Amino acid sequence: MKILVPVKRVIDYNVKVRVKADNSDVDLANVKMAMNPFCEIAVEEAVRLKEAGVATEVVVASIGDKACQEQIRTALALGADRGIQIETDTAPDALSAAKLLKAVVLEEQPQLVIMGKQSIDSDNNQTGQMLAALLDQPQATFASEVKVDGDKVQVTREIDGGLQTLELDMPAVITTDLRLNEPRYASLPNIMKAKRKPLDVKTPDDLGVVVSNNITLISVNPPAERQAGIKVESVTELVEKLKNEAKAI
Amino acid sequence: MQREAMEFDVVIVGAGPAGLSTACRLMQQANEAGTELTVCVVEKGSEVGAHILSGAVIEPRALNELFPDWKEQGAPLNTEVTEDQIFLLKNDQKGSKIPNFLVPKTMHNHGAGYKNYIASVGNLCRWLADQAEQLGVEVFAGFPASHIIYGDEGQVAGIGTGDMGLDEQGNQKDSYMPGMDLLAKYTIFSEGCRGHLGKELIARYQLDAGKDAQHYGLGIKELWDIPVREEDDPAKHQPGLVLHGAGWPLASKESDGSASGGFFLYHLEDNQVVVGLITDLNYDNPHLSPFDEFQRLKHHPVLAQYLKGGKRVSYGARAITKGGFNALPKMTMPGALLLGCDAGTLNFAKIKGTHTAMKSGMIAAETIFAALSASDQESSEGGKDLTAYTENFKNSWVYEELYRSRNFGPALHKYGTMVGGALNFIDQNIVSLPFTIHDNYPDYAQMKAVSECAPISYPKPDGVLSFDKPSSVFLSNTNHEENQLCHLKLTNSSIPLAQNLPKFNEPAQRYCPAGVYEVLEDEQGEKQFQINSQNCVHCKTCDIKDPAQNITWVTPEGGGGPNYPNM
Repeated sequence: MKILVPVKRVIDYNVKVRVKADNSDVDLANVKMAMNPFCEIAVEEAVRLKEAGVATEVVVASIGDKACQEQIRTALALGADRGIQIETDTAPDALSAAKLLKAVVLEEQPQLVIMGKQSIDSDNNQTGQMLAALLDQPQATFASEVKVDGDKVQVTREIDGGLQTLELDMPAVITTDLRLNEPRYASLPNIMKAKRKPLDVKTPDDLGVVVSNNITLISVNPPAERQAGIKVESVTELVEKLKNEAKAI
Repeated sequence: MQREAMEFDVVIVGAGPAGLSTACRLMQQANEAGTELTVCVVEKGSEVGAHILSGAVIEPRALNELFPDWKEQGAPLNTEVTEDQIFLLKNDQKGSKIPNFLVPKTMHNHGAGYKNYIASVGNLCRWLADQAEQLGVEVFAGFPASHIIYGDEGQVAGIGTGDMGLDEQGNQKDSYMPGMDLLAKYTIFSEGCRGHLGKELIARYQLDAGKDAQHYGLGIKELWDIPVREEDDPAKHQPGLVLHGAGWPLASKESDGSASGGFFLYHLEDNQVVVGLITDLNYDNPHLSPFDEFQRLKHHPVLAQYLKGGKRVSYGARAITKGGFNALPKMTMPGALLLGCDAGTLNFAKIKGTHTAMKSGMIAAETIFAALSASDQESSEGGKDLTAYTENFKNSWVYEELYRSRNFGPALHKYGTMVGGALNFIDQNIVSLPFTIHDNYPDYAQMKAVSECAPISYPKPDGVLSFDKPSSVFLSNTNHEENQLCHLKLTNSSIPLAQNLPKFNEPAQRYCPAGVYEVLEDEQGEKQFQINSQNCVHCKTCDIKDPAQNITWVTPEGGGGPNYPNM
């Protein structure tokens, strides 16, 4: 069984995100980038399925310029077998990404696509769902447990107020939630081996997809800075301020 | 799980200017000679450049030699220095510009024969690491060298990387992954100032025997976006402008006149300036706080004219090895070399260390390559004390430079800014002084008791030009995995409260620029010494300045520490 894991290069979660002076976008110059944490969980799950003898091959795909090969190599160091970079100059929107991934799925014919539920840069939470719809395949989002049984897969989902378990016919699309697993660290020998694993570069043309961005970024603004607090003398004053200044009650 | 081992010809600890230059030069020679050579660089930062912090005005002399076509290859040195201004600040309002002809030659950054660049050394290292990888070097970021592996004959045989996934008590977590042994014929230690392995090597092989005590400074730096201004505004952004200065506040009455140091403010490209203060760590008043000195410094009109209306982008701190020639330890030992700021090759008279660190690495690469390609098996199998390095170093321009500036730091330390500065002017511009000034008193031993010193009070930060520590550390993007062993070790855990508190009011609370050390009091009035190791920006000041030499900095879990963008 083959598993496809799409991964995204995003700003590292440790980095304080800064808005460009002209508010046109987030400043990415010389900022540390990393694999989206939910994608890392997806890679880990796929590798565990391979180690358990359920999957035979784990293919990683990423969309972006050459720099995203770094994240593909990270996934290869964690245990994936080969990588595909889909070369684009800019980050496509979710629908274009889903269309590109659909083309990869049609070429690779994986039984399962496991991917992050959302990326921490745009927080859209839609590429997985769109991909499933375009492929007309069953989907299970926010997975906290994945069990493969023959040509079916049981997925426990984190939903409001509890857990829901679904059974899907494969091929299917699964998106990962935070508690699915704790990703491993890449070891030095595996990082070295990852450098020699195959990595194909494809263009949207190769895949027969026209990337058209339907979304225009108008401006990005940082959250308002928190004002210094004050000490109130009495409960009456507190109530008065809550009522008239904060207009909270 | 057992520790695995891998063998290399050369293992390099630290992806800074020295380590990466060694790696590049080694591979250049191997590729030219058509021989196979395995070189690996380990770096504790989450990526190359994440832990690099420097001014910096860079003299490209070593880079010109290493990559003559660096410009075409896109090395990030874009802003040539166009003007030097040096100030002596008299008080919080007044400061005078020192006429150019009175400035020691080493402090000139442009003009005939000089071409220096304002740049981010972090970005330079990122570029050098790319070059190294293209040449065939394995660069592993996020893997700290936690300990040294010694061979049977007492030689350095390699290093061990740290274990990942240990909890606070040292128990294995689910994600536990043992570190690896990286064995090498020769190991390069280029950890930067006060490397924890370098410190161990200096003690073990007595590399500092017969040398003056090493001296350090603490550099605190911020990166600012400053507003685009009108053409006729004299204070507008001027790419290439370099400001240096001394005097207020460190050497002023407000700070008990107890300290020395100097500030810098460089105008980079893209409407950015870097501003910083270097505080010499030989200060004696335990009330002194380098962080607060820097914050108040920014209110001086000479600096504030550029910062007003701007926005702080990044913050960081790093200790500097500045003892220079007289304190430079022996750099070779069996199986290993100690390079760059880990040894102390910074030229304090120029306030520059990148070019000398790089050159120390290039000479090391040439010495090691010659030894490994020697026909006799004896020297090609590694593990030897490459004393040829000392000779090669002596014949290079680094030695010449460092020897020429040997009196600069000691003169300032001993005679102060005015007399020392005058001596330096004579030494550098008129006639080389025929004697050497020594300063043999270690920095940590300088601290006086609280009872002997005047208290220093600092103004509250205004949140516009000056800031508090927590909001500053926040901008350094520092992070350490929460549940792990504390990487700041106390040899004797009772010293902070039993000795340092009564005598010095535990100075770690003030010299640490990241707020790692706190003395807390609970409801019963019981005092407690707290180490917030998660805040640590890896500057190493505590390891240097603790009067009892009771704090040892060791490597935390890989990838921990600051994530400096372009510092």
